[in-house]
Amino acid sequence: MAHRPYDTTIPEIPDAVAAPKGRWHLHLVWLVPIIAALIGGWLAFKAVWDQGPTITITFRAAEGLEVNKTKIKYKNVDIGEVKQVMISEDLTQVIVTAEMSKRFSPYLRDDTRFWIVRPRIAFGQVSGLGTLFSGAYIGLDVGSSAEARRDFQGLEAPPVLTGDVAGRQFIIKGPDQGSIDVGTSVYLRRVPVGQVLAANLDQDGAGVTLTVFVEAPYDRFVTGNTRFWNASGIDVTLDSTGFMVQTQSLATIVLGGIAFETPDSTMAMEKAKEHTIFHLFENRAQAMKAPDKQAIRFAASFTESLRGLTVGSPVEFHGISVGEITSIGAEYDAHTQTYHFPVEFSLHPDRLARHFKNTLMREDDTGLTTKDKINALVEHGLRAQLNTGSLLTGQLFVALDFFPDVETAAADWTRDPPELPTIPGGLSGIERNLSNLAKKLGKVPFDAIATDVRHTLQSMRTTLQRTEHLVQRVDEQLLPTALATIAESKHALQSVERLTASDSPIQQDAREAMRQLGRASQSLQTLADYLDRHPEALIRGRKDDNP
Amino acid sequence: MTPAIPTAKALGLYSCHTCGLLSRPSRRGDSHCARCGTPLHLRKPHSLARAMAFLVAAYILYVPANVLPLMETGSLFGAQENTIVSGVAYLWTSGAWALAAIVFIASVLVPLLKLFALTVLVVTAWRRSTWRPYQRAKVYRMVELVGRWSMLDIYVVAVLVALVQLRPLATITAGPGAIAFGAVVVLSMLSARAFDPRLIWDPVHEARSLDGSPSIRHHNP
Repeated sequence: MAHRPYDTTIPEIPDAVAAPKGRWHLHLVWLVPIIAALIGGWLAFKAVWDQGPTITITFRAAEGLEVNKTKIKYKNVDIGEVKQVMISEDLTQVIVTAEMSKRFSPYLRDDTRFWIVRPRIAFGQVSGLGTLFSGAYIGLDVGSSAEARRDFQGLEAPPVLTGDVAGRQFIIKGPDQGSIDVGTSVYLRRVPVGQVLAANLDQDGAGVTLTVFVEAPYDRFVTGNTRFWNASGIDVTLDSTGFMVQTQSLATIVLGGIAFETPDSTMAMEKAKEHTIFHLFENRAQAMKAPDKQAIRFAASFTESLRGLTVGSPVEFHGISVGEITSIGAEYDAHTQTYHFPVEFSLHPDRLARHFKNTLMREDDTGLTTKDKINALVEHGLRAQLNTGSLLTGQLFVALDFFPDVETAAADWTRDPPELPTIPGGLSGIERNLSNLAKKLGKVPFDAIATDVRHTLQSMRTTLQRTEHLVQRVDEQLLPTALATIAESKHALQSVERLTASDSPIQQDAREAMRQLGRASQSLQTLADYLDRHPEALIRGRKDDNP
Repeated sequence: MTPAIPTAKALGLYSCHTCGLLSRPSRRGDSHCARCGTPLHLRKPHSLARAMAFLVAAYILYVPANVLPLMETGSLFGAQENTIVSGVAYLWTSGAWALAAIVFIASVLVPLLKLFALTVLVVTAWRRSTWRPYQRAKVYRMVELVGRWSMLDIYVVAVLVALVQLRPLATITAGPGAIAFGAVVVLSMLSARAFDPRLIWDPVHEARSLDGSPSIRHHNP
């Protein structure tokens, strides 16, 4: 634009002052939008770059989940946010759409597990209290699968075990679940070393399968020979061995628990492989019993009462438990028209010493079969006997023992299982003895004895009456005389005392007499001296001193 | 030849931007006001370019200002990030429609309209348009007026951040959106300041002087 020369008709206008040209450049101002663009671009890029994967998690219910509020947390660090909560088409489930942080996307594996963390108050633990205020959040456990995944099935309860705990899993099969549940602790010598991960009924419904996790480094104590048993509650046993109470810690009494132990002799065994299957025993005693590999079945027929004998009662050989009762029956013997009671039991010879086991169960050098050996033993007096294990409870057990004096008998091998001869014993023997005693007592002439006793008592009473009379007489007649005598003797004593007093005439007389006696003895001494010097004086008489 | 309208520029005189003193251009170097020392130009130097530059920057930052959280609230009940729009939405859904409208107008609409208005002004001035100069001048006055009120949000955030610092219970911190939002407001103010409103009239005068039409008509409000 061409500037017109200023109009000279306005003379008052002053001249502007000249100043050096400033260093202002036009393009500098464009730095502002460039910087803004850079910032904006960087933010946009970051937003796009940080955009994590979107995942869906299916839950049964969306309790506590809020869109744009509920976080997904791993180790309490936010790694995502719920963006949408929808109900599945069939209305059975809730589909939660969540946006995850980009950095976490590699950890969204096939076996990554999600669950909703809510406050939970259980017997053993309280968790998620923070969510009381902050609201629920979704927790997750990172999986290790190689396969990535974006749609997950959420867990309804937090998993017992999160993936970052080292250890191994084992399978335990048991007859019933008892008070064991998911989360129940596993104890080794009362130290909690693991947890039950799953408890499921077997397919056939005949038992339960528990999955337990034993944390490292304790998992190395689980060997092929480890025994697991149900340590829940209080195990009270009242049997022929007496009264036993077994518990683990207080927590197990309330919450239940599984304990395991490895018998000492097998501690050196190799670690069990993961997912090894174990049996769940009912209690420690059962679990720690040596394994019964070989069992031979026998029966014994008793005629006495079997009250107190139950299936599972022990069979003892010389006090060593070698087997258990497996069944108890009743049989009518038409021949003798009596009942007898066959008791079946299984024997585990390997519970005895190795030697016995070898000789009984194996065909050894002698070429004898088990049957021959048993026959030989029976010949030597091996008998089954019912014995009382506990007088308190009346529990019975079958005792195998040698009775050398018994009548000969033989094992009945025609029966299945073979029947061992029995002898009455134990409580029934005691009973018989007692009845014998009673019979003998019956023969005692108690009536005659009683009459005699009565007579004796009567005469005794008469004697006593007489004695009483006597005493009475003594009281009435003797006592006054005695009192008088005592008074007199007191008087006599007083006289004696008077006599012997220092100022009594007798004393003075005595002193005088003594003095005279002294003088007499002096004269005697003088005489004696004189006689000594003048023995002749005896004959001639005393001469005058001055001849 | 005399100009149709005796503006300072038409007469070849400088009008001081600060004190309004008229002066003749200096014969040596750049001119400065003889009274207050302000550098003198016939029009603000590179007015349109600078206005445009600030405007572009403001546009760019307008996006993060609305997308990024303006305020981060942390409390016992969890953390929350609020953008301007989410705040408006919250107010709206919780029934405070009037408040929602105010916040929306003051924080979303006005800055945006301001940016648009400035864009229109700069572009028309650039193209030396003679289109509706009165209206444009009015718009410019309004933009100038409104400019300083656009920082309300920032004031609110600043006050809250300073007040609500109950460490374990609740804290409020300004988010990155607040910075962007503040930048948008500042940049639009700078843009409005850089824009020389006389540029609205220059093409009008030129057009008049070329077609020899009578002096500018008086505008009666």
